[in-house]
Amino acid sequence: MNDFPFSLEQKTILVTGASSGIGRATAIAISRLKGNVILTGRSEKRLNETLNQMDKGEHQIICADFSSNNVLNLICQSISGKINGIVHSAGILKTLPFKFSNIDVLRELMKINFEVPFLLSQSLLKSKLISNESSIVFVSSLSGSGKIAPGISIYAASKGAINASVKVMALELAKNKIRVNSVCPGMVNTNLNTNNPNLTNEDLKKDEKLTYPLGYGEPEDVANYITFLLSDASKWVTGANIIMDGGATIH
Amino acid sequence: MTENYFFEKFLEQFEESDLSQITIDSEFRSIEEWSSMMALVIIAMVDEEFGITITGDDIRKSVTIRDVYNVVAARKTAV
Ligand SMILES: NC(=O)c1ccc[n+]([C@@H]2O[C@H](COP(=O)([O-])OP(=O)(O)OC[C@H]3O[C@@H](n4cnc5c(N)ncnc54)[C@H](OP(=O)(O)O)[C@@H]3O)[C@@H](O)[C@H]2O)c1
Repeated sequence: MNDFPFSLEQKTILVTGASSGIGRATAIAISRLKGNVILTGRSEKRLNETLNQMDKGEHQIICADFSSNNVLNLICQSISGKINGIVHSAGILKTLPFKFSNIDVLRELMKINFEVPFLLSQSLLKSKLISNESSIVFVSSLSGSGKIAPGISIYAASKGAINASVKVMALELAKNKIRVNSVCPGMVNTNLNTNNPNLTNEDLKKDEKLTYPLGYGEPEDVANYITFLLSDASKWVTGANIIMDGGATIH
Repeated sequence: MTENYFFEKFLEQFEESDLSQITIDSEFRSIEEWSSMMALVIIAMVDEEFGITITGDDIRKSVTIRDVYNVVAARKTAV
């Protein structure tokens, strides 16, 4: 084991959603800790913007759309050597009152937020591309752990599915010393919220003031926790749904 | 979409308020049941019923029910 257990030297980590927000901040943070990153997302341009902000390393870009049918093969076949961790950060949010829920939005959110991350982990494992002692981190949400807001019944379900399955994966993969955890952030300043057409800036400001003792989080706040989970410093942590919310759930 | 039909659909979303005094020129925030959740409901209703996307900002800038109708009507003709 490394002298400095927080280092990610000689580790290669697959990061989904690396083109924006939490995934981008995580890719950058991994590179600062000397890890190599395989970045994926839809937008090649934004993936390159992330790459430009990273410290040098053996990084790789894979463009892939989670809504396409061959996404699992595409990613698995583009990875040449074994990896030491996965950060599942790709995800989407749609707010819709329960009464107006519909099958299309249900399928879309379950697919992007749960199905593909779940099956991608499975495919990589089955292809023997995940080394022993790896760390798999799902970026879930506070809403997957029961702290919710109106209008997110489908989103919360997709994150709840992650939080439940993480524990089973952790149990089954413990014999390989592969650890599986989720981080459950509260509101973080990213496009996910600022580009949500249903929320106004005023709504967000009010919510931040009323609910968050430390204010909304920054992508780096989540990224730093994720790098800890990827490192050997967290080698005793598995099957956890880790809440980080600037104090929002203290009350 | 007639003005009247829109008004009807708008009021249909409220379940507990006394709407007898409400006209299309009433301020919707004066309806007791109004909340940020009702804003989401109106956005979803407009999408489902009229196939038009309006935003939280459109609602924020509107005062009366007619203001919301005008946003929807303008977008309907733009399509
Ligand atoms: N921001 C928050 O308040 C918050 C709170 C709790 C949890 N989360 C979770 O954190 C994760 C990251 O979100 P964020 O806040 O960083 O949002 P973001 O800035 O919008 O980033 C979302 C990422 O997901 C990728 N993505 C979306 N649809 C995709 C698809 N069909 N195929 C492949 N990639 C796709 C995007 O890549 P491209 O655009 O390149 O496709 C982008 O990199 C999400 O899972 C979200 O649910 C966020």
